[in-house]
Amino acid sequence: MAKKRVVSAVINGEPTDFLCEPRQTLLEVLRDVLDFTGTKEGCSNGNCGACTVRLNGRIVDSCLVLAVECDGAEIETIEGMAGPDALHPLQQAFLEGAALQCGICTPGFLVAAKALLEENPNPTEQQIRFFLAGNLCRCTGYDKIVRAVQACAAAASEH
Amino acid sequence: MHDFDYVAPTTLDEAIAALAKHDGQARCLAGGTDLIDQMRTGRRRPALVVDVKKIPELNALVVSDDGLRLGAAVPCSDVYRNEGVAQDYAALADAARIIGGIQIQNRASIGGNVCNSSPAADSVPALIALQAVCVIAGPNGPREVPIERFFTGPGGNVLEAGELLVELRMPPRPPRSGSHYRRFIPRNEMDIAVVGVGASVQLEDDGRTVAAARIGLGAVAPTPLLAEEAARVLVGRSVDDEAALSDAAEAARAVIRPIDDMRGTKAFRSHVTGVLVQRVVRAAAARARGESLDYCPGH
Ligand SMILES: Cc1cc2nc3c(=O)[nH]c(=O)nc-3n(C[C@H](O)[C@H](O)[C@H](O)COP(=O)(O)OP(=O)(O)OC[C@H]3O[C@@H](n4cnc5c(N)ncnc54)[C@H](O)[C@@H]3O)c2cc1C
Ligand code: FES
Ligand code: FES
Repeated sequence: MAKKRVVSAVINGEPTDFLCEPRQTLLEVLRDVLDFTGTKEGCSNGNCGACTVRLNGRIVDSCLVLAVECDGAEIETIEGMAGPDALHPLQQAFLEGAALQCGICTPGFLVAAKALLEENPNPTEQQIRFFLAGNLCRCTGYDKIVRAVQACAAAASEH
Repeated sequence: MHDFDYVAPTTLDEAIAALAKHDGQARCLAGGTDLIDQMRTGRRRPALVVDVKKIPELNALVVSDDGLRLGAAVPCSDVYRNEGVAQDYAALADAARIIGGIQIQNRASIGGNVCNSSPAADSVPALIALQAVCVIAGPNGPREVPIERFFTGPGGNVLEAGELLVELRMPPRPPRSGSHYRRFIPRNEMDIAVVGVGASVQLEDDGRTVAAARIGLGAVAPTPLLAEEAARVLVGRSVDDEAALSDAAEAARAVIRPIDDMRGTKAFRSHVTGVLVQRVVRAAAARARGESLDYCPGH
């Protein structure tokens, strides 16, 4: 058996060391080793985006990353999204706009939508749909998700 | 996933040594968007995974008077965000923008797209149009292979055990030239090309007459193709000449060897090849005149 490795990463701002085998994906380690179960597993092959996290600032599918690749990396998961006292405005907008039903896709959509709004605070509907094309939802039909992102962007630009 | 070992060398020499020592039992890992799924499903079972992302040569992205040097491990999102690429090597930026969604583009490299060697790989018709050369390193020293000669069949390429792709090199773009890549897929995003066409067109001073052209075709044969005759019939003729464009389309359809599968029949692929060749040549010519394309991927 390949030896377990020690990986040091910063997860949601906290320096974290963990042990993993080279064959373990970041998704497996987040959920099964570190108990960050907010990151979801849908397809395990990069199609659904339920496992989306930020790796060094960029959104990636954590099912297509080996945990050993993350030594020295900065990782942000859904658990790092809400502030200490309040939800993130996107989370609030998803709740208010009923942009979820079963919720399994929601963490991935939120992490991806946050990255979109940081890069482009006033996206068009087309830009939102294009950016979120790597996130699948079986329940909502997407419209409420797109509208929640638009509502959040509109509220932010009023301030 | 099966048990394997992992190394992340920081020099080319270390990577070559690691690959050579495992003699065919080692595989490079770039963005992992093909390899990790292939390992998870048991289609590939390397004993050693060599992460090539820490090797400086594989991270180069330089546009200069010498042309474009694209390190094999550079992710798609860096490729299309690079202004020099978007401006002068637009066909490559077009392809990088439609490989998967954003999560995939942040990891997937052009080098991985090439080395995975799918006949439908989106970057390859663009690379063919832009005259890319594959710079390869290995235990027996470096060598260069033109992109259209890199592939040997579905999933197969000329890399020998111990070799890796270092970079893709493209010559400087001539004046009054433009390029474009477009594919046909049944939905708007996130699908595998039924047909993909890349073209580069250089125009004479009049902005209409074709001085030179190159056309690459994907998903219509066991390997991506350079459609030489299709490009040749355009030379000296106007890009507004419908007969010239339909001659190019016919010449492209003559060299393809498409298959029937769930994405499309042979007849459909042949028809779409002709349609796309004409559209893509027109679009490349428009870019050569400095016009911006009103093109939204997938539409
Ligand atoms: C959801 C999803 C959507 C996708 N959509 C598209 C699409 O629209 N179009 C498309 O063309 N592809 C698509 N792909 C396939 C894949 O993302 C691309 O082929 C990608 O460019 C592969 O690059 P990578 O860096 O992830 O390669 P990896 O998975 O790291 O490597 C791919 C292969 O190349 C080898 N390799 C990598 N780098 C080197 C090197 N430097 N030298 C030698 N060998 C090397 C690896 O050993 C492996 O066999 C998609 C994949 C997913 C999961
Ligand atoms: S679980 Fe990773 S993309 Fe679906
Ligand atoms: S809310 Fe159920 S999959 Fe999106």
